[in-house]
Amino acid sequence: MFPREITAMLIKTLTDRLSAADITPQEVYLNRRQFMAGSAGLLLPVSAIAALPAAKSPLSTSEKPNSRDDITGYNNYYEFGTGKDEPALYAQRLKTRPWTVTVDGEVTRARTFDIDSLLKMKLQERIYRLRCVEGWSMVIPWIGFPLADLLKQVQPTSRARYVAFETALRPGEMPGVARRVLDWPYREGLRIDEAMHPLTILAVGLYGEVLPKQNGAPVRLVVPWKYGFKSIKSISRIHLLEKQPPTSWNMAAPNEYGFYSNVNPAVDHPRWSQATERRIGEFFKRKTLPFNGYGEQVAGLYRGMDLRRNF
Amino acid sequence: MASTVTLAKPLALHWQQPGPRLFATIKGLLFLLCLLPLAQLLWHALLGHAVNPIEDLTRGLGTWTLRFLLITLCVSPLRALGAPGWLLRLRRMLGLYAFFYACLHLLTYLWLDQFFDWGAIVRDIVKRPFITVGMLAFLLLLPLAITSTDGWIRRLKRNWGKLHRLVYVIAPLGVLHYLWLVKRDLQSPLIYAAILAVLLLWRLWRYLRPTLAARVK
Repeated sequence: MFPREITAMLIKTLTDRLSAADITPQEVYLNRRQFMAGSAGLLLPVSAIAALPAAKSPLSTSEKPNSRDDITGYNNYYEFGTGKDEPALYAQRLKTRPWTVTVDGEVTRARTFDIDSLLKMKLQERIYRLRCVEGWSMVIPWIGFPLADLLKQVQPTSRARYVAFETALRPGEMPGVARRVLDWPYREGLRIDEAMHPLTILAVGLYGEVLPKQNGAPVRLVVPWKYGFKSIKSISRIHLLEKQPPTSWNMAAPNEYGFYSNVNPAVDHPRWSQATERRIGEFFKRKTLPFNGYGEQVAGLYRGMDLRRNF
Repeated sequence: MASTVTLAKPLALHWQQPGPRLFATIKGLLFLLCLLPLAQLLWHALLGHAVNPIEDLTRGLGTWTLRFLLITLCVSPLRALGAPGWLLRLRRMLGLYAFFYACLHLLTYLWLDQFFDWGAIVRDIVKRPFITVGMLAFLLLLPLAITSTDGWIRRLKRNWGKLHRLVYVIAPLGVLHYLWLVKRDLQSPLIYAAILAVLLLWRLWRYLRPTLAARVK
């Protein structure tokens, strides 16, 4: 067990160091990764590294994405431990195949989607800013499709006002759930109009490849104008309902994490300021933007709402 | 024959009463040893491919401040458990290292987190309890560091000991600072709290023991 993990770590470190996606042409870099994966396969099984073709999107930011090392080496995924480096070490145990996502509740055509059918959706690259509630941010080149594309297939009823999401719960593969740091399984929720918004996507890939496990493989939510914890990982169930669903961080500390959790520099976390953020890789801090800079597209969703009370 | 008499002291005696040269060596080695965490933190932050090096540095310096406070508080109990007396003569250095790491920790906050925006810093101290107690702990450390010299020990006489009992307030404030900062997983700060509780309860027990014994009689 132990030497195996060390070997896996070494190979991961080696492949990540060699990848440098931002300076190597992608074709060359993909071939090299496949070669590395191939040689690693002689020692132990490595999940297949598959390229995902995706169309560019006008909704992407032109800001420079963080490196693959940054994005895959600094994660909050408490099912695999509360340290930022733990998901990269332990999430490799998660079996992401076979995988299904059940979509049910207030819909006319409830359905269970196989992960292969989700990978066959019309994929787009969406380069989004991600702002963590802890005060750091990154720019991440996701690959995915609008959540609306999936929801339209199940035909929400008129009573579907909210969408609840649930992360798979696998105590055998998730060492972090042995401790009740949160009330497992991890749960999140959106209002139906937030879920149907074109910026809201289900991501299945990152940097041109299938999603790494520490980033929420095989399929996760990305809602770029909300704090990162709203973008739930490794989704196994989506449930449409009439009432606002309970959400994990809100259940854990209702005075600190609201249901909406829109990025808002004017509303501080009770224990720390949200006015600024450190973009990973930068020395100076940046001013945090309302709705994480997506206000033009999403502010209308909250017209007439007191965002201090509905934080 | 005379040569057997002048043989070196037995090892156990060296341990109990080291000569001035041996003691100076021990002290010098401890001085360097206490700098190792700083070297490791700087190495990691500057050369170690850390994703968020500034946070790692700030957190690491805070953690080592707490550790040095606890190590300093371990000296008396170790002495009571039979450790040699010269350990007490190293305590000042351990305490000053706690202060040294606290200064660097504060500096990373003032500089790398707030970039010396004094308005924001004051608002932070007033508004955020974890920063309030952290700053209070630092301010209380100041008089202890200043009065750590031989001159001040002589001048303050008995009051020196009383003043330095402030560490029984400072260490809990430090643990509280950590506890209030953590988002959800309290495991690590609670371990520090438990160790501190043992160290303080031992002192309370030792302080009350004579009174309790007298009452029983």
